[in-house]
Amino acid sequence: MPESSAFAPQYASVPHRDHTAELGMWVFIATEVLLFGGLILAYLVYRHAFPQGFAAGSRHTKIVIGTTNTAVLLTSSFLVAWAVEIFSPATTKIVTWLLVGAACLGLVFIVLKGIEYGKEYDEHLVPGIDFQFAGPKANGVQLFFVFYFVATAIHALHMLIGVCLLITLAIICRRAPTTRHHAALHSAALYWHFVDVVWIFLFALIYLPGRSSS
Amino acid sequence: MSDKNYLTTDYTLRSWFLTTDHKRIAILYFASLIFFFFIGGAAATAIRIELATPQADLVSSDVYNRLFTMHGIIMVWFFLIPSIPNTLGNFVVPLMIGARDLAFPRLNLMSWYIFMLGGCITLFAILAGGVDTGWTFYTPFSTLYSNSYVIVAAAGIFIAGFSSILTGLNFIVTIHRLRAPGLTWYRLPLFLWSLYATSVILVLATPVLAITLLLMATERFFGVGIFDPRIGGDPLLFQHLFWFYSHPAVYIMILPGMGVINELVSCFSRKQVFGYKFVAWCSLAIAAVGFLVWGHHMFVSGQSLIASLVFSFMSFIVAVPSAIKVFNWTATLHKGSIHFDAPMLYALAFIGLFTIGGLTGLFLACLAYDVHATDTYFVVAHFHYIMVGGMVTAYFGGLHYWWPKITGRLYSEYWARTAAVLIFFGFNLTFFPQFILGAEGMPRRYHVYPPEFQVWNVLSSGGAAILAVAYLMPLFYLGYSAFFGRRAPANPWNAPGLEWQTSSPPPEFNFASQPVVTRAPYQYNEHFQAEPQNA
Ligand code: HEM
Ligand SMILES: [Cu+2]
Repeated sequence: MPESSAFAPQYASVPHRDHTAELGMWVFIATEVLLFGGLILAYLVYRHAFPQGFAAGSRHTKIVIGTTNTAVLLTSSFLVAWAVEIFSPATTKIVTWLLVGAACLGLVFIVLKGIEYGKEYDEHLVPGIDFQFAGPKANGVQLFFVFYFVATAIHALHMLIGVCLLITLAIICRRAPTTRHHAALHSAALYWHFVDVVWIFLFALIYLPGRSSS
Repeated sequence: MSDKNYLTTDYTLRSWFLTTDHKRIAILYFASLIFFFFIGGAAATAIRIELATPQADLVSSDVYNRLFTMHGIIMVWFFLIPSIPNTLGNFVVPLMIGARDLAFPRLNLMSWYIFMLGGCITLFAILAGGVDTGWTFYTPFSTLYSNSYVIVAAAGIFIAGFSSILTGLNFIVTIHRLRAPGLTWYRLPLFLWSLYATSVILVLATPVLAITLLLMATERFFGVGIFDPRIGGDPLLFQHLFWFYSHPAVYIMILPGMGVINELVSCFSRKQVFGYKFVAWCSLAIAAVGFLVWGHHMFVSGQSLIASLVFSFMSFIVAVPSAIKVFNWTATLHKGSIHFDAPMLYALAFIGLFTIGGLTGLFLACLAYDVHATDTYFVVAHFHYIMVGGMVTAYFGGLHYWWPKITGRLYSEYWARTAAVLIFFGFNLTFFPQFILGAEGMPRRYHVYPPEFQVWNVLSSGGAAILAVAYLMPLFYLGYSAFFGRRAPANPWNAPGLEWQTSSPPPEFNFASQPVVTRAPYQYNEHFQAEPQNA
């Protein structure tokens, strides 16, 4: 039997399909919380074990880049929220530009992150690749940078996926916007905000320790 | 309607490998799992042959390490965890709730591909040279000393984890959103409650395993000291993270089995499940408390005594909801009109074996006894009673129960009953002696042992031979039935569940029209009092 194009046969109606998709994204975010949660837990355990090493390592992070990136990401989240808010078949043009803007800010974030990694590489702060740090706190500093790189790399990967999502949505919205895409946009926005929130946690945990006293 | 069903809508390979029909995806999983079960089983056979004598006659210690690691990895991650959820669950969840498919059919197909990718990578690691760390990958052995394919194997498991997460997600959303009109939570079959609880664990525990494996691979690859104590790392942290996943994971491996048993026990005693709400909530209680007991795997690791006491206490708590379920099954059987069809034989075997496994779990949860029993065959026997005696038995029971629905064919009751009895007998002969071995102090993971242990080991190996034959039997009589069996009626067991209200095998979108539910489940006392019609 030919299926109706509006929604797949397992759904009763369009809103039913859309709410189902949204619930799916929430459950996915739950699993992501545990992914970063495990990582952050491990980070906290070691920070407790090596308070001075972690503070010293933290002082070697690039706070200016980190802060800029926080601002960049918050702005981009704002643009996405705006797009969701005003989405309607009449506003596709603005929505498209808002999404492109948000995606571009996401790319700026990734580029800045890359520059930061480059600097850390130059300063021999990458564990496993010619790590050099003299002094009694070296072990703690190395552990700090292990977590720094693992956490920020996983986060950057999430950003990259998010940028692809936003660009795809921008293209779809421009071509054939329907109410159906509102649900997709809503789910993508949830994801993007989540990645944003994770960054705020990482920022506080990675860039700030040890800075108030020095 | 024409007589086209989901199996006959299309015969091309393409229609199978690009299908989004949950029933076909279930069959894809089923075929893959049979494959993995035989690989894991082959390793087990080699282990039992080696252990028939006290000396090392068959393999070297190094090969032995690789054998039991391969056995554990394949069986846990590529057979037990996906077994019931991904085959039986995938097949019956939409049918049982009156839906036309899962909430996200394409995601469902994707998770099969991810599973196969992970499986192939792990198989590659095994073929390329194997892994000798044990299925638990304990550091620092896995990161510093082992010279085997640890990262590749871990990568395979890491990838397969995404498949678990996606399946769990799909089930949760489906059960929340796609229930037929009138199907309230308290009218949900108990199998679905247990799959729901399982899915919650899959979604919340698997990512922690992912991060753990990632950290382990990072340490091994870059030589940095996350878990290596020489550079300040903490090997205990690995165990904490690992068991934070793996203890809940053992419930991934048993809750679906318990769910199947509810369906079987009530169907073949023609009674409502006793204490429906208790059974339902116990699934969730097990899932919740299961997250708080991981430290009972670390009693001898050097964790603090307080931690050990707390974990010991919590482990006793987690046994309570499991015990409630056992009591409810026995109460359901009480004064039931019991039919000993093959699925029921499996269900009864499950109840006995799971009870033994659970009670010995309490032995191990006793701090003092565990110090004696850790890393002995007692532990091996305990978890095999639950994982094999429990879960694999439930899997076979469920498979026989839903077989007519899946294939539209009936199987030979005679052979099915014979296999069930043989499995029960072979299983006990294999694993009961291991309790004795363990209590007498035979450590696990050694391939040579003092000669006085040989008697029990020979019994165990003999039992394993019987078990192997019994596990092979369904391959033949079910395989025969799939092609030549008698046609099954829509409802061969005369059961009231929604999945029996549609034809066998079901049409592509399950139901000709949307079913509406007006009654609680398991209402055998009304017009389903008649006998099952298969025998
Ligand atoms: C009824 C409640 C249960 C209790 C109180 C319990 C208790 C325990 C304890 C204390 C241990 C640690 C023994 C040691 O390593 O020294 C253990 C090991 C184990 N249990 Fe259970 N258990 C229970 C149920 C289960 C279930 C349902 C499963 C699986 C489906 C299971 C599978 C395992 C496995 C796989 C191990 C050994 C892991 C390893 O060391 O490789 N247990 N159990
Ligand atoms: Cu456990």
